[in-house]
Amino acid sequence: MKLLTDLDAIRTLTQSRLDNRRITGASGESITFRSVMVCGGTGCTSSDSNTIIAALEQEISSHGIESQVEVVRTGCFGLCELGPVVIVYPEGIFYSRVEVKDIPALVEQHLLNGKPYDKKIYEKTRHGEEILSFEETDFYKKQVRIALRNCGTIDPEVIDEYIASDGYKALAQVLTTMSREQVIDTVKQSGLRGRGGGGFLTGLKWEFAAKQNKQQKYVICNADEGDPGAFMDRSILEGNPHSVIEAMAIAGYAIGANQGFIYVRAEYPIAVQRFTKALDQAREYGLLGDDIFGTGFTFNIDVRLGAGAFVCGEETALIHSIEGHRGMPTPKPPFPAVEGLWGMPTIINNVETLANIAQIILNGAEWYASIGTEKSKGTKVFALGGKVVNTGLVEVPMGITLREVIFEIGGGIPGGKKFKAVQTGGPSGGCLTEEHLDCTIDFDTLTSLGSMMGSGGMIIMDEDTCMVDVARFYLDFTRDESCGKCTPCRIGTKRLLEMLDKITDGKGTMEDLENLEQLSLQIKNASLCALGQTAPNPVLSTIKYFRDEYMAHITDSKCPAGVCKSLISYEIDAELCRGCSLCARKCPSDAISGKVKEPYVIDKATCIKCGVCFDVCKFKAVAIV
Amino acid sequence: MEHQQTCSSVDIAEADEKLEKVKHAIEQFKLMKGALIPVLHEVQDIYGFLPEPVLQVVSEELNLPLSEIYGVASFYHFFSLTPKGEHVIHVCMGTACYIKGAQAVLDRLSTELKVPVQGTTEDNKFTLEATRCLGACGLAPVMTIGEKVHGRLVPNAVPKIINEYK
Repeated sequence: MKLLTDLDAIRTLTQSRLDNRRITGASGESITFRSVMVCGGTGCTSSDSNTIIAALEQEISSHGIESQVEVVRTGCFGLCELGPVVIVYPEGIFYSRVEVKDIPALVEQHLLNGKPYDKKIYEKTRHGEEILSFEETDFYKKQVRIALRNCGTIDPEVIDEYIASDGYKALAQVLTTMSREQVIDTVKQSGLRGRGGGGFLTGLKWEFAAKQNKQQKYVICNADEGDPGAFMDRSILEGNPHSVIEAMAIAGYAIGANQGFIYVRAEYPIAVQRFTKALDQAREYGLLGDDIFGTGFTFNIDVRLGAGAFVCGEETALIHSIEGHRGMPTPKPPFPAVEGLWGMPTIINNVETLANIAQIILNGAEWYASIGTEKSKGTKVFALGGKVVNTGLVEVPMGITLREVIFEIGGGIPGGKKFKAVQTGGPSGGCLTEEHLDCTIDFDTLTSLGSMMGSGGMIIMDEDTCMVDVARFYLDFTRDESCGKCTPCRIGTKRLLEMLDKITDGKGTMEDLENLEQLSLQIKNASLCALGQTAPNPVLSTIKYFRDEYMAHITDSKCPAGVCKSLISYEIDAELCRGCSLCARKCPSDAISGKVKEPYVIDKATCIKCGVCFDVCKFKAVAIV
Repeated sequence: MEHQQTCSSVDIAEADEKLEKVKHAIEQFKLMKGALIPVLHEVQDIYGFLPEPVLQVVSEELNLPLSEIYGVASFYHFFSLTPKGEHVIHVCMGTACYIKGAQAVLDRLSTELKVPVQGTTEDNKFTLEATRCLGACGLAPVMTIGEKVHGRLVPNAVPKIINEYK
């Protein structure tokens, strides 16, 4: 078991390693040691960052410079679009889309001779002749990293590096110097609200559970990140797993629980593996288990794998799933803080919420409350995706505008296209338009506009996105994910989807539009849990802000974005067609005919609108009309 | 004939080995509260799906009615009650991928493989599945074939990728 003095010794020993991973302003030959950080998040691992690490190590050893360079596999840097990403300290040089074949030159030029490897330097860091550090780019400048702290600077699989980065200091402080009430007060005063979507005050939740006079209580970390298109929680588990473990132990102390569970998606293998490894290390160091720091406090954490049910993000459903049943919600009250897992008082906090806790304890409630807006304190992590230049993960202070996030940090819309909408809150949220771009991002503003903060998915859409089709996409998802327990959600979402299918199929009527709105409101009012209560939001917000698109589908039988298949057809422009016959050969329904070197023609009656001709034509002669 | 016999004895040995693994996993979880879902994860890990005879074993060992096990297994998307093809293709249908054209990629796969979504090809080579967010939104649209991730897809890239697995 480690005592406080042992942790201090580890800090002293490991600190110099972390000091190397800072931008110092030094350059060229004056540098005697370099840290090469390679992103090991899911995005970059998918584009082979593991092979890059192996190649780097091999190349470094073949030059015999192991003592002058370290290679570290870190958590997510955020700029997934440019993966695999490699950052070299102390210069802070950012390399993007690195390939194995780049490694010999990169090692020789940069690590051996001190000259950055020009070919893969991130374009946005070039400033004339000068190369800026990544921190000076638009993507990073406005970010404030609290929950994502350590993601990108430590090796998440090495507990000593977390400890050196003030890790487990907050737990030590809580256990040795604070009462349970003081911990809860600090979290309450910080103003931290649940980051999973509900936005409930975390400290208040803890207080409810603390007041229950029961022997057995539980802490659950909800890592069943369900929003399709969001990966904040996964990145925290992959990049800084100990921050979640530490916070769960603090929560356990505050409410009087000795057992925690993390409910994590089975579809996140890297996150599960890193978290499990972190658990083993924490147990080995005695930071979990009996008598932590010799204070008599006992706390354990077990992992439970989710099995792909969106509804399990709902607290009561998640509890039933851990109990081994179908994940179906039950009415509240009783709230889990009173009667939760196996009938015992239980708090359920989202990963990102927990990742803030240690920093709040260490820096104080006032510090945290000084960031953000009056009612939304601190920062929020967003997964930027869709039609945006910088797809990736960003952490910004509450109160920043949508425009700043999408256009400054996100770099705007690619391909010179026009911004159309931004979707926040995933299947429970709504779509906002250009006129909302200067609105601030906080819980209450987003809700008042008909969307919601949600867990942090932020999908950008451009002129080529059909908003009716987007509503249909989300309803298809919620209809599929409805657990079936309550009628308004089970049948209501199906009816909504049918109407949306009809409209995107060109068969919709004005009556359908009216019914869509009415039924949406009924489902919102009558559903048992948040899944049903929020499922109609994508429909309502798109009807509210993009009514003209619905009208175009219904009255003109047109899909203005050219997405809905029933409302478009393909034609070959005789002037552009060179008669190469490629489209005819590729057409799966033999709908294209013609003579070589003469314009081809599509028979609309046989065409199945698969779009293969459109994709394969090298002369852009196939048009959507 | 002799060859066939060897094959079948190998098959039986393999089947026994798998069942032993299942029993071992059950032993490990048996005393834990809420053991069913962790056990089902193990069974699916071992067999690739949840075979009915094995679920019967689970039913007996955990002392749970088969109907309840079926109820749980069919509730969660992650569990499959039918066997999969040799290569399982997961096309991400998360929002980020959908907005970037995942539907067209899925349609093209369906056309090329001549198999509906959630179906398995006649030769048992491929199973085509639409799946929830794979979490590689930076590479959208994305699909995985087995463990391998294929990103930044366009429909035209489909035939070539499939050929690598044929």
